[in-house]
This record gives sequence, structure tokens and C-alpha cells, in this order.
Amino acid sequence: MQVDIVITLRESILDPKGKASHHALKNLGFSDISAVRIGKYIQIEVDTEDPEKAREIAAEACEKLLANTVMENYEIRLPDTTA
Amino acid sequence: MNFGVLVFPGSNCDHDAYHALKHIHGIDATFIWHKEHELGNVDGVIIPGGFSYGDYLRSGAIARFSPVMNAVARFAEKGGPILGICNGFQILLEARLLPGTMMANEHLRFTCKFVNLVCQNRETPFTTSIPDNLVLNIPVAHGEGNYYADRELLKELEDFNQVVFRYSDAVGSITPESNPNGSVSNIAGICNKKGNVVGMMPHPERAVETDLGSNHGRYLFESALSHIATAL
Repeated sequence: MQVDIVITLRESILDPKGKASHHALKNLGFSDISAVRIGKYIQIEVDTEDPEKAREIAAEACEKLLANTVMENYEIRLPDTTA
Repeated sequence: MNFGVLVFPGSNCDHDAYHALKHIHGIDATFIWHKEHELGNVDGVIIPGGFSYGDYLRSGAIARFSPVMNAVARFAEKGGPILGICNGFQILLEARLLPGTMMANEHLRFTCKFVNLVCQNRETPFTTSIPDNLVLNIPVAHGEGNYYADRELLKELEDFNQVVFRYSDAVGSITPESNPNGSVSNIAGICNKKGNVVGMMPHPERAVETDLGSNHGRYLFESALSHIATAL
């Protein structure tokens, strides 16, 4: 099953890339955009059909390698099975 | 006396480190490929600069899982002297052999220039020979050198005398203007609590000959020489 992982900088940490992009958007006239934060999107393919198992594996991968938890948060998104 | 210089795919300051060790200071140097499981018979280790694994994911994040890093961790545990320069510093942070983390430079530009540094801990194996009051002139070359530690960690670093280098102006004043990347508290280099593992963003191996702008980097290698000679 495909699991999506979104990694973002923690709130307390200045995001220079987001700030620079926000500045550029403002220059383009996007006055309604009040903040920009830039993170990473990672797709992993996990060999299981059990969503909880997939979440567990993804979380371990984030903790060990994909995210630096000192400065980043991660969010795991499983496929929507209710649809 | 023999120093190991680690080589990862994408290391590009390994030969500079080798040159500084061997040709300038007469210290035997051996390249150690990242797939090695043992360091062999070395008295010290340099983790050189570069872009290990293309800086994919985060600088140093993938290199820290190379087999050689287990051997480096054991060497660190035994008190062996280890110097991580630039990307080497980033690898040591990712490996949690040093505390804190590295972010993109505040101004988002790759910064390649000479900076001034004050040494604030002359008790590490790489800093004992740095003359008192000397403001070191050593180049930096990095896009991600913005060292970050939260308030708690910062206090800990101060309490245990772990801040080794700070960016300063030419007379040694630690000013916001002399900070090239936005590092918290102008930090350019730190060490672990024992002091044997040192990481720094500036490149001492690129400052060992006056023809190339400065020879202040020599003091770090001379420190290592006398430290190891004393220990042997």
C-alpha cells in the first residue's frame, strides 16, 4: 500500500525557504496569503495491506531516517479506505 | 601516528585533508572508504567536507548509516580524537555524536568566503595549540551551516564548555554582522562533553598555506599532533 509522508519544519523553527517564497508571492500580488511553510513530501510503498502495520513501519522510517525530529515534524497519511 | 580520512560518495575535501595532514604536517594519513567496518590502526579521524550522498534528504542524513560510522562511534566512545569539517560536522550531528542540528543558511545563499573565528575551548585535541587571543582567519563554504540548538541545549553547551568556535569580526568581537549563516549564538564549532569529538563548519584544511590566503588552519593540525604525541 502507498503511504504518504509529509515532513515540515517545527513551528518554532524559522523556515527561510518558506519566508523567501512568501515574500515573492507578496510581490506577485498575493496579498491574501499570510504565511508559507515549505516541507517535504515522500511516497513510500509498503508491502502490507494492514493500515496500522503500514503506519507503524512508516513511523519507524521517519524516526530513524526520513525526518530529523530535532527540527521536523512528520505526518503519515494512509490511503482513504472509506471511499 | 596515523590519521584516517573518511571517504563517502560525494566527499570532496578528503584530498585537502590528506594534503594538510601528510604533506604539511608529516602525519601519516589513510583514506577509509565508507563501506569499511573497521578504522584499522588510526590515532585520529577526520570526516571531511563535501556533499555525501548529494546531500539528499538532509546533509549527512544518509552518510551516518554507512558501515564506517559504527566504527567511528566506537572510536568516539573510546575517546579517540575526531574532527568533522563542514559536511563532516553535519554527519556527526545526524549521527548524534554531537548535539543540535543544521539548517539552510538564513539568507539561503551558498556562502564561500574567509571568516574570522574566536576559539573558546582550547582543551580539545584540535585546539590546544591555538595561540591565546588569536582571531583565526579560515574559509567557510556551505549552504547549510545554520547551526540550531534550542534554549535548553544552548545552555547545556555553555555549561559544559562545548562551544569551540564562534564567528567574530577581525578583532574577535562576536557580532551579528560577522555571522555568515544565521547560526544560533554565532556558533561555528562545538565538541561533545568529553571534548574528543569536534565539529566545525569552517575548513581548517583549506587554510594551511599562506599562498592560499591563510595558514591559521595549521594550529588545529599542530594541536592534534601534540595531543596524540602526548597520548602515545
